[in-house]
Amino acid sequence: MTRFSKFYASSIGKKFIAAVTGLVLFGFLAGHVAGNLKVYTGADHVMVDGAEDAINVPHIDQYGHFLRVVGEPLVPKLFVLWGARVVLLLSVVLHIMVVVQLSMKSAEARPVDYVKSKKAAASWAARYMMVSGLIVLAFIIFHLLHFTAGVIVIGDFEEGKVYNNLRSSFRNPIVAIGYVVVMAMLAFHMYHGVWSLFQTLGLDNPDRNRFLRAFAIVASVGIAAGLASVPLAFLTGMLPDLGEYPSYLLEK
Amino acid sequence: MRIKIHVWRQKSADDKGRMESHDLDGLTPDMSFLEMLDCLNEKLTVEGAEPVAFDHDCREGVCGSCSMVVNGEAHGPRRETTTCQLYMRSFEDGAEIFVEPFRAAAFPIVRDLVVDRSAFDRIIQAGGYISNHSGPKPEPNSIPIEPIVQEAALDAASCIGCGACVAACPNGSAMLFTSAKVSHLGLMPQGQTERYDRVESMVNQMEEEGFGSCRNYAECEAQCPKGISIAFIGRMNADYLKSQLVQPDDRRGKMHAQ
Repeated sequence: MTRFSKFYASSIGKKFIAAVTGLVLFGFLAGHVAGNLKVYTGADHVMVDGAEDAINVPHIDQYGHFLRVVGEPLVPKLFVLWGARVVLLLSVVLHIMVVVQLSMKSAEARPVDYVKSKKAAASWAARYMMVSGLIVLAFIIFHLLHFTAGVIVIGDFEEGKVYNNLRSSFRNPIVAIGYVVVMAMLAFHMYHGVWSLFQTLGLDNPDRNRFLRAFAIVASVGIAAGLASVPLAFLTGMLPDLGEYPSYLLEK
Repeated sequence: MRIKIHVWRQKSADDKGRMESHDLDGLTPDMSFLEMLDCLNEKLTVEGAEPVAFDHDCREGVCGSCSMVVNGEAHGPRRETTTCQLYMRSFEDGAEIFVEPFRAAAFPIVRDLVVDRSAFDRIIQAGGYISNHSGPKPEPNSIPIEPIVQEAALDAASCIGCGACVAACPNGSAMLFTSAKVSHLGLMPQGQTERYDRVESMVNQMEEEGFGSCRNYAECEAQCPKGISIAFIGRMNADYLKSQLVQPDDRRGKMHAQ
């Protein structure tokens, strides 16, 4: 334990934690965007006895159901989902905790600013990590209350009916545009963060520098664009109304 | 050539300090920045005022004494140039020039532009050495070293310890200095004995001195008069993490089979 507390006491140790938790959150976002893109693949058409037309069961709803039952029968329903949620929540908390502690230390290390100051290299993204981070944090809280917990209801909300929930919220231009703006902030945060974490972990070097920086650009813009495309697609009416369906169809 | 200079004046560490403005005329573009300050001090002395205190020594860019922030950048606007090697031709006639001391809590101001950089000495003392025999001088080429490794170590060793990295860093971090010192020994075969102890001790001392944390801005690299790369920071991060997470703590402990 003394070894760990010594490590944590150092700024490189705290930066290591910020980098590893950042990597976890980055991995989550990559998975999130992959999942979200399922709104574009449409639905399975299911014939139900007694009904005249086929009923649409959207692929993204099936994917949401899969996330709830994955791991069965080895582990009970929701176990994997809650495991992932705990890891993610812990990552967010640790990420913020170490960054706040580091910022406080840094503010003490540079108490007086220059009368005339000039930046020779630092990017805007790097300098405003705290601002972009706070916006993303506020968004995460809103987003969880909105689509996960269903506490903030815009339009209709029914748990598990992912496609319809998205559609009824994002038909509202303020919500859709708000989501898109926050995704731009997320890209801004990741632009510096994704490269920075490799440097902090000691994995960057002159051989890889160009590749890692390009990777950070592609990843941050790609993930944010993928996430932002969903509200825009619903807002512009590109994605159709797939109608209602009974929940038991997801079990099949 | 004439300029308007705004310079930081502070009588002692306890004094609050303020900017003071002076007009200087009769300068030539071939004067170095420090010669310009000499002219200012001559003028002040003639006027019966206190001259501006500033650190300087070799005036040829290798001692690391000069320590001032010129127009918001450590050592001024020219890349890979110390203040003493900065010439007035880098400024326009009639320019307004701001001269401030290196700002960091770990570098307390002694007077005017002079700051106390002994925190750096203590970081060096914490691990900037190698263990070697003290007997007869060894044959110079007895330890083969790859030329590219030598060159990399020399890149790190070109750090003159001026503190520009700390002054340039918005967080007042000393990671570039410490990583240069850690790497110039850690890259060489002679430095392997203490490699992981060294990085641990030097980083610990750096923390203790109250320097800030690295946010990977790369301001230090841009304003370093020797152009030392943040690649050394990455290397130090790797070595420090290895020393804390990979190197065994209990080297002589017993183990059992399953």
